[in-house]
Amino acid sequence: MSTPVLSVRDLRVSFPSEAGLVDAVRGVDFDLLPGRTLGIVGESGSGKSVTSLAVMGLLPEYAAVSGSITLSGRELLGRSDRQLSKIRGRELAMIFQDPLASLTPIFSVGRQLVEALQVHQDLDRDVARKRAVELLDLVGIPNAATRARSFPHEFSGGMRQRVVIAIAIANDPRLIIADEPTTALDVTVQAQILEVLKLARAETGAALILITHDLGVVAGTADDVLVMYAGRPVEKAPVDELFARPRMPYTIGLLGALPRVDAAARAPLVPIKGNPPLLVDLPPGCPFEPRCPIAIARCADREPELAPVSGTSTSHSAACIRADGIEGGRIDGRPVYPLPPLPESRATALARDQRPTVLELAAVSKTYPLLKGALLKRRIGWVHAVCEVDLDIREGETLGLVGESGCGKTTTLLEIMNLRRPEHGTIRVCGVDVAELRGRDTERDLRRGLQIVFQDPMGSLDPRLTAFDILAEPLRALRAADPAAITRRVEDLMELVGLDPEHSDRFPTAFSGGQRQRIGIARALATRPALVVLDEPVSALDVSVQAGVINLLNELKAELGLSYLFVAHDLSVVRYISDRVAVMYLGRIVEIGPVDEVFDDPRHPYTEALLSAIPVPDPQVERTRERVLLRGDLASPTDSSPGCRFVSRCPLHLTLDSTQQARCRNETPVLTGRANTDHRNACHFR
Amino acid sequence: MTANIPGLEPLIDDMAAPSEVKGRGARRTHLSRRRLYLRRFLRNRGALVGLAVLSVLIVFALFGSVLTIYTYTDVDFANLSSAPSPEHLFGTNGAGNDTYAQAVHGLQRSLVIALVVSALTTTIAAFVGAAAAYLGGLAEKIILEVIHFLLVVPAFLILALVSQRAHGDWSVLILVLTMFGWMFSARVVWSLATSLREREYVQAARYMGVGRIRIVVRHLIPNIGSLLIVSFTLGVVATVQSETALSFIGFGVQPPDVSLGTMLSDGANTVSSAPWLFYFPASLVTLLTVSMALIGDGLRDALDPTSRSGGRA
Repeated sequence: MSTPVLSVRDLRVSFPSEAGLVDAVRGVDFDLLPGRTLGIVGESGSGKSVTSLAVMGLLPEYAAVSGSITLSGRELLGRSDRQLSKIRGRELAMIFQDPLASLTPIFSVGRQLVEALQVHQDLDRDVARKRAVELLDLVGIPNAATRARSFPHEFSGGMRQRVVIAIAIANDPRLIIADEPTTALDVTVQAQILEVLKLARAETGAALILITHDLGVVAGTADDVLVMYAGRPVEKAPVDELFARPRMPYTIGLLGALPRVDAAARAPLVPIKGNPPLLVDLPPGCPFEPRCPIAIARCADREPELAPVSGTSTSHSAACIRADGIEGGRIDGRPVYPLPPLPESRATALARDQRPTVLELAAVSKTYPLLKGALLKRRIGWVHAVCEVDLDIREGETLGLVGESGCGKTTTLLEIMNLRRPEHGTIRVCGVDVAELRGRDTERDLRRGLQIVFQDPMGSLDPRLTAFDILAEPLRALRAADPAAITRRVEDLMELVGLDPEHSDRFPTAFSGGQRQRIGIARALATRPALVVLDEPVSALDVSVQAGVINLLNELKAELGLSYLFVAHDLSVVRYISDRVAVMYLGRIVEIGPVDEVFDDPRHPYTEALLSAIPVPDPQVERTRERVLLRGDLASPTDSSPGCRFVSRCPLHLTLDSTQQARCRNETPVLTGRANTDHRNACHFR
Repeated sequence: MTANIPGLEPLIDDMAAPSEVKGRGARRTHLSRRRLYLRRFLRNRGALVGLAVLSVLIVFALFGSVLTIYTYTDVDFANLSSAPSPEHLFGTNGAGNDTYAQAVHGLQRSLVIALVVSALTTTIAAFVGAAAAYLGGLAEKIILEVIHFLLVVPAFLILALVSQRAHGDWSVLILVLTMFGWMFSARVVWSLATSLREREYVQAARYMGVGRIRIVVRHLIPNIGSLLIVSFTLGVVATVQSETALSFIGFGVQPPDVSLGTMLSDGANTVSSAPWLFYFPASLVTLLTVSMALIGDGLRDALDPTSRSGGRA
């Protein structure tokens, strides 16, 4: 038994605020052994980042910190900033979420690495420079010697995060803290970075604290998991134990709220009702009690301590007085979270090709000129944002449009929403060709059938309007009805999305994120549209809230016979909600088909890689899964030469002989299907 | 996404159980926005003080003349530069005019000029700036060119010449002050509105088929409301100053008409020998501007949904 690198005892952090003292962290204890990874998970505001900042000593001065943090036997709390600076970077390293913000834009990455080395070690310049190049090479930066002279903005997000990791491990730290290191990155890049993190840990033998909201990432990377809620750890266990036998109702809820990319069965998701508590003057009792489905009277009396759970040999502890009775997500034989019924759709009773088409895109392209020059702009090329996209959505159907950032998803959406003649091709909405729209009245009529829900639930609602006015706006804009009818409709809409019509005179700030997104959905439904475009509707929400919104979308679809165009980067959510899915890469659709066929039997190498990159919240599956790691990042969308756009990253391409490779480079593949299924892909050899 | 930061916490619980007790249609009708704003404004004590002071000033300007037998043009040769007395409440000036009567009249004049000019410039600035930002393209370019051209025109000189030719007619003064007063705030409004037009709710409105003018009026202008209110209150102060400056060099309100500006410039010369000639109009100007500022603060808080009273209807 080795001694822990880091031990934290009864850590408490509070911040003063106008409303009173905010107890952001209320008693955290843990030990971290060398070479181990601790995953800290929790929703926003659960205190996970504040805990890590406290360990780093990076909290603002007005924060009151108490307890004890010892790193290799030395107490960190109470040290001056100057003393801590000697330890930070040398023994403690931190990796932040935003790699652009954590690198200085005015120095080359090599120079920043050299600085990190020289601050803590007595190295001469040349040795440090050599070491810097070695480090960049280690974290997988190609041509490290040349790239060391590049500036941060010349790297992509994933490459920048690699540089940050290189700086973090420069001085062989004992402990690396990674705070949401992959949240800002695309899934294929996330998979690469998680590999680099594992490598970095193996290389330095350091302990790693991984802070994330993504249970899938934790399942694949961590050894132990600490679940935090309202500033306190509520469950702590080795990763297998936690995912297999969660004991705290909150953990069970989090796991149940998560759709899985590897599951075809459509069990309804379990949302946790309510919102996390405000950390000011918390009442006695368990902070989860108001949201807990199995709360009993005794729960409100006293806050339960994190105590070992009986019946397990491992170090599994939970902060719940009923933890001992919970086994496999059930208590006393009944599930902790009763499953809501799964809605049954009427529209899907008919076969797909017998249902009317609500949206049809044929060979739609969109290019942007690439301009150069400060005063006189001259065009030096075209960005092919969307290139010959064909899509169709039938009534009562959900099409998921997926792909990494920069693949043209949003441009496609805008092309549809603008209702203008596209550069090339045709767009037909509810059977009407938008190129033939004349006059504002016909456009308005078509808008009635086509509505959109945006990603950011705060930004898409005008803060100056009350919920009533927000919902009434589309009705008024479309000259729909008289005031009495509008009032009635707004009340119906509020009820439809599960909000109390009494609250319709409140401003958006009074609602929580999930509730605001419900208002956004209600607004889209106000005109009884046939097609709703959902632009990342749940990506800004916490997991437990997200589940509720996804369930709502499913219910509405079944109840109202809606069609959705669902754009998202989270493939688990896409699989859960979609009937069909289209995978985009650099402006082109590379694979399209029924969702289960595409996810279970991906044919295009890109789809394969994308799917294997998604972390699954199950440590067993994570360990055994074969991962197709893509090299590099998205290629430039300005290239218009023929050939497959994926060729530079394609793992299949490498296995082909030279004549086949030539075909990849010279002939643009088209979407073709095997036999007569409508599962088609754009690869010559699949 | 749920921020549990004090002051930003969601104030509404999820609908636990829809109250079945009340039948459909029996619900409380939703509160109109105007009543909501009024209620929130009335909760602000400073704003109420400001409103009270402004009301007193307005009442004073309208009905103050009943407390004196003199009009502002009457001359009392028995009392030249006399200190305040029961007969002349605020004293008299060197020409024997009753300062109280002049203050009543001057306040009236200044209030009308300042409020009208400031309201007009703010409205023009809001519409022109927001429309330029929302319309974009060629319209935006032309409007900005006009604004920039007017900004470099020597406005004060033109003001002086025009009001001189109009022989101090105060309605012409209003017109000219308005014409050369709106550009700066329009420029500020434009730059704020350009960031607003990229917001998702503006896009959402466009995709819902809301008309262009309606978007400008309903989404852009209300969201720069606090700026407009501040600009209105400062505009009142600035107009009083402009008018004072013009009157001081003899181009503003012309005798025998008086405004607070002309009284201030007269009183400034005799501030040591006859201080009442300066201090009475000066305190009126101060009360006017302070009350406007308090009202402005209150309005900003009432209209701003993110202020601390936000959300609570």
